[in-house]
Amino acid sequence: MAKTIRRRGTRTGKKSAIQEEHSKRIGMKIILILTLPVLIFIITGISATLGSADLLIWDAYSAILHRIFPEYFYTTWLSDICVWHLRLPRIAWAITAGFGLGIAGAAMQAILRNPLASPFTLGISSGAAFGVSLAIVLNLGFFGGMWLIVGNAFIFAMLCSGLILGLASIRGATSEIMILCGIAMNYIFGAASSLFQYFASDQELRGMSFWGMGDLGAFSWEELRPVIVLIAIGSFVLMRKAWDLNVMTVGDETAKSLGVDSGRIRLIVMTASSLLIAGIVAFTGIIGFIGLVGPHMARMIIGADHRFLLPASGLLGGVILLGADTVGRTILAPIILPVGSMTSMLGVPFFLYLILKRRREYW
Amino acid sequence: MVMIKLETIDIVFSYDGHSGPPILDDVSIQLAPSRILGIVGPNGSGKSTLLKCIDRIIKPNHGSVLLDRREIMKMGRMEIAKKIGYVQQTISRGFPTSVFDTVLMGRRPHLNWRSDEEDDEKIWEVLRLLDIEDLALKYFGELSGGQQQKVLIARALAQEAEVILLDEPTSNLDILRQFEVMDIIRDLVNKKLVSAIIAIHDLNLASRYSDKIIMMKRGKIVSAGEPSYVLTADNIASVYGVEAVIRKQSEAPYIIPIGPIKTTIRKG
Repeated sequence: MAKTIRRRGTRTGKKSAIQEEHSKRIGMKIILILTLPVLIFIITGISATLGSADLLIWDAYSAILHRIFPEYFYTTWLSDICVWHLRLPRIAWAITAGFGLGIAGAAMQAILRNPLASPFTLGISSGAAFGVSLAIVLNLGFFGGMWLIVGNAFIFAMLCSGLILGLASIRGATSEIMILCGIAMNYIFGAASSLFQYFASDQELRGMSFWGMGDLGAFSWEELRPVIVLIAIGSFVLMRKAWDLNVMTVGDETAKSLGVDSGRIRLIVMTASSLLIAGIVAFTGIIGFIGLVGPHMARMIIGADHRFLLPASGLLGGVILLGADTVGRTILAPIILPVGSMTSMLGVPFFLYLILKRRREYW
Repeated sequence: MVMIKLETIDIVFSYDGHSGPPILDDVSIQLAPSRILGIVGPNGSGKSTLLKCIDRIIKPNHGSVLLDRREIMKMGRMEIAKKIGYVQQTISRGFPTSVFDTVLMGRRPHLNWRSDEEDDEKIWEVLRLLDIEDLALKYFGELSGGQQQKVLIARALAQEAEVILLDEPTSNLDILRQFEVMDIIRDLVNKKLVSAIIAIHDLNLASRYSDKIIMMKRGKIVSAGEPSYVLTADNIASVYGVEAVIRKQSEAPYIIPIGPIKTTIRKG
């Protein structure tokens, strides 16, 4: 019998060189993830200085920090109002929405094992857009007042993913079935929205198309709170499933043999991600690109281990959205360009650059 | 009494529920502890399907699988995963994963949410055992077929499985790699006291490495027993339709296929 099994290296005590290298890479990943909040903090400061009232970057930071550590930082009444009432809400919305879209996108790509999967290829945004058309054109919805549009967007987004989940659980929750159902939903809700557009007045059309471009400035702190809670809960659920997402990338049968019921995980993760996305999109309108490309960029930087990839995708989503919005507020100031367009215009060239530069296949 | 690690009793499986033609038809096998059971048979004879039924990746329409005399249909997914490892033939391509992370997946049944030092240490131990520590940080997709097969076996070991099911572990490998992989399995069975069921096309490898062989045709077991009992010219002729000469080579039968048996085409 050939001596195939040999013992090499030490059982206890010293680590081998490759083990050292492994630990170093893990450390690197953690450092990379920790730099993202720093980056967000820096862009926040820059973004808070931009606007009609001139503030220096130091004024902006001390206005922010004054409310957190009042003994150490001083600010003026004007800076405080400017930063906390006018600019920070928008910034906080950008970070929150970017984080939610990023983490949900990464989770969806994992369960569908498809690099093209994103909150929007699955028709969730079409569902939301249909709900909004219903609200704008027919004034028809589940709630009144300012919640008419938000409520409709949320409910129809969830209805759409509910249909996908329902079809998938009847026919077996494989990635192919979910993607096909998602595309079908995309078409049916898209078609229904077009019908509304056909009969809509000019003003109504304008309202619908503005909603489709995304806006971070429409709501304040008040409305942000429930969204943050929703994202915190959703992200927690997704993080708990990080291991299973790792295992699921090797295929359903192997996942099963490793103890992971892919179908069940797919339904749980899909539900959690849809809630996140619907909660965000209902308020901000459609912000594409981040849920698709944020996770891809994160994967290029940090690898496919979801324990690191999920938080990295979320944070990177926050960086991209905040960055894009900051640029969108600057270039034609005082006109604010729609953030949904800005993310794609700025992000896509960078993304293509990454694809061309990196040689390894990522999907 | 003979010890039995795992057995299947009258397994019936067909894809269209009970109506379709059976892929497995009353299959009963027994596997002793620390033994290798080879499953041979032509394409479509139900080898892979049998392995999947044993690991409950698919559910048989009828029959039972007993592991240490416990019905696995009544065990939880995670519980089965702690006992049975499955090395699949084709790997569906996902997002790229490093060798270390691939093997780490084997720890999933033993983990709750996060891995700790001890799990990491187990992975390194397994990688060293199979002599592939130096591949740890490479991407799985970059490896050669033989290396990939070793990584998948390493994952089953990290799983601490007592029974390892292997589906065509030597297909796509050159002859040296075929021996390497089979030697690893043999050593594991001898030293780590795991049991293995191997679905395999190569009759000579099956003959050389199996303690017992099962020969299947169209979902049924045609012959079962020691290699020299199963691998006969008659069996090979009736199951494969191939004329073969059997030689003895270091205690194991050695099969030399001559050619397809000419059959007269039936009319009507």
